[in-house]
Amino acid sequence: MSLNAIQIILVIFVAFLAGMEGILDEFEFHQPLVACTLIGLVTGQLGPCIVLGGSLQMIALGWANIGAAVAPDAALAAVASAIILVLGGQGSKGINSAIALAVPLAVAGLLLTTIVRTLATAIVHIMDREAAKGNFRAIDMWQVIAICMQGVRIAIPAGLILAIGADPVKAMLNAMPAWLTDGLGIGGGMVVAVGYAMVINMMATREMWPFFALGFVIATIPDLTLIALGTIGISLALIYLALSKMGGSASNGAVANTGDPVGDIIDKY
Amino acid sequence: MAENIRLTKKDRISVWWRSTFLQGSWNYERMQNGGWTYSMIPAIKKLYTKKEDQIAALKRHMEFFNTHPYLASPVLGVTLALEEERANGAPIDDVAIQGVKVGMMGPLAGVGDPVFWFTVRPILGALGASLALTGSILGPIIFFVAWNIIRMAFMWYTQEFGYKAGSKITEDMSGGLLQDVTKGASILGMFILGSLVNRWVSVKFTPVVSSIKQSKGAYIDWAHLPKGAEGIKTALSQQASGMSLDRVKQTTLQQNLDSLVPGLAALLLTLFCMWLLKKKVSPIVIILGLFVVGVVFHVIHLM
Repeated sequence: MSLNAIQIILVIFVAFLAGMEGILDEFEFHQPLVACTLIGLVTGQLGPCIVLGGSLQMIALGWANIGAAVAPDAALAAVASAIILVLGGQGSKGINSAIALAVPLAVAGLLLTTIVRTLATAIVHIMDREAAKGNFRAIDMWQVIAICMQGVRIAIPAGLILAIGADPVKAMLNAMPAWLTDGLGIGGGMVVAVGYAMVINMMATREMWPFFALGFVIATIPDLTLIALGTIGISLALIYLALSKMGGSASNGAVANTGDPVGDIIDKY
Repeated sequence: MAENIRLTKKDRISVWWRSTFLQGSWNYERMQNGGWTYSMIPAIKKLYTKKEDQIAALKRHMEFFNTHPYLASPVLGVTLALEEERANGAPIDDVAIQGVKVGMMGPLAGVGDPVFWFTVRPILGALGASLALTGSILGPIIFFVAWNIIRMAFMWYTQEFGYKAGSKITEDMSGGLLQDVTKGASILGMFILGSLVNRWVSVKFTPVVSSIKQSKGAYIDWAHLPKGAEGIKTALSQQASGMSLDRVKQTTLQQNLDSLVPGLAALLLTLFCMWLLKKKVSPIVIILGLFVVGVVFHVIHLM
């Protein structure tokens, strides 16, 4: 599907927002669920883009740059796959291919992240100089420039994909044989595990594993929605916290109680 | 001091709004320092009227700072309180202010990651995504609205809490509350992750393990059904009574695995990924590898 000028501007604007949020991490415009939906909204392909956002969100749930492990850039993955999906014009059928094409792009996007963060170092040195002059306006301005630089980081690749245009993207998607797209879909189902594994690695302690096991087993009951599972999880957390506090005092109390009657009886004798 | 300068609610709201852009100039050298100074500017302008005081304040806030972006809010609150006291003549030097900032940022980052990145976002994200997969616009809307309400409220109230508690906050922090919150979030997070692995990691093996020809009466005898609607009715009732559709009963590898625990393969895959990550394999390599595995296994009819 070809886009008109206004749509192209809006798509690039959404990409810009996603890029900003990729570093700010506040409004979450860079999360696939939001970014893909917005691109769907401005291009008039809301339906397939929401489903794409959902699929990609599941994959990217655990993507966070923690320590040495660097995850693909969720912002670029979301924006690139949504644009590819829209240009390809295959509707929901094109989702798997769009994701599979977008993930390598998102990896390439990490290079841009590194460049931008290095440039930001230069910016804070300028801010230092302005701070020494007490120039508030300049500090504000450079902060805004730094944020815009992050937005441009995603807006440029988005613009490039748009510049390639609908026909080549469509041709590329159509050239993909069924075994490849099906296989990529199967791969996509498994890729979800990587994000979860990253998060679990950060949280897992001996104390926490039983809760993981409970969650895993209880989730096999198909009637339970995520809200129901959340309720069980919150209850478990509260019960555990309450019990682990009571544990200390209760055992003390127990000792005192068993001590007392026996002591009393012995005293009586 | 003749006059006491106080930060008004308007000043604090301004700081709160600016702190949204805390990470904007994130850099490898001093990380969030630029955004931190940017956030403090309304307060610095209000509290210090002399140019050299303003410059000194700007300079001391350009020092290294890095924590979880939302958990910076209580630190901002405390710093606002300290700067206010200092502006009113209290003997608080640069070292004290820097000490409070550095002292708080470590422990707070340790709370923010498990609570926001590993618990709230995966849960809201999964909730939104599962709705979105059915094509519902409610998915992204719920995620976006709920997240931002939680985030904005959290940042405002913790900043106010820090501002009111002032330097006393360090005593409150050593209490059990932070630990409880972190632990509670971890429990909830791990529980939800367990269920997400089961529900959303999909590993399906297609090979047929066994094909058994079933004895008469165990399957629906399609050739000898009554004609028309009556036949459909008989077939449906036979199926409801547990008879299988085909004479040959096929059992796939997947069904065998699922009869142990549904989702077992997904669990094993997740554990394998964890192991690879611990072996310092880049997540990107694993992700690309899994796509390749998906394609190859599909081509050889294993999946």
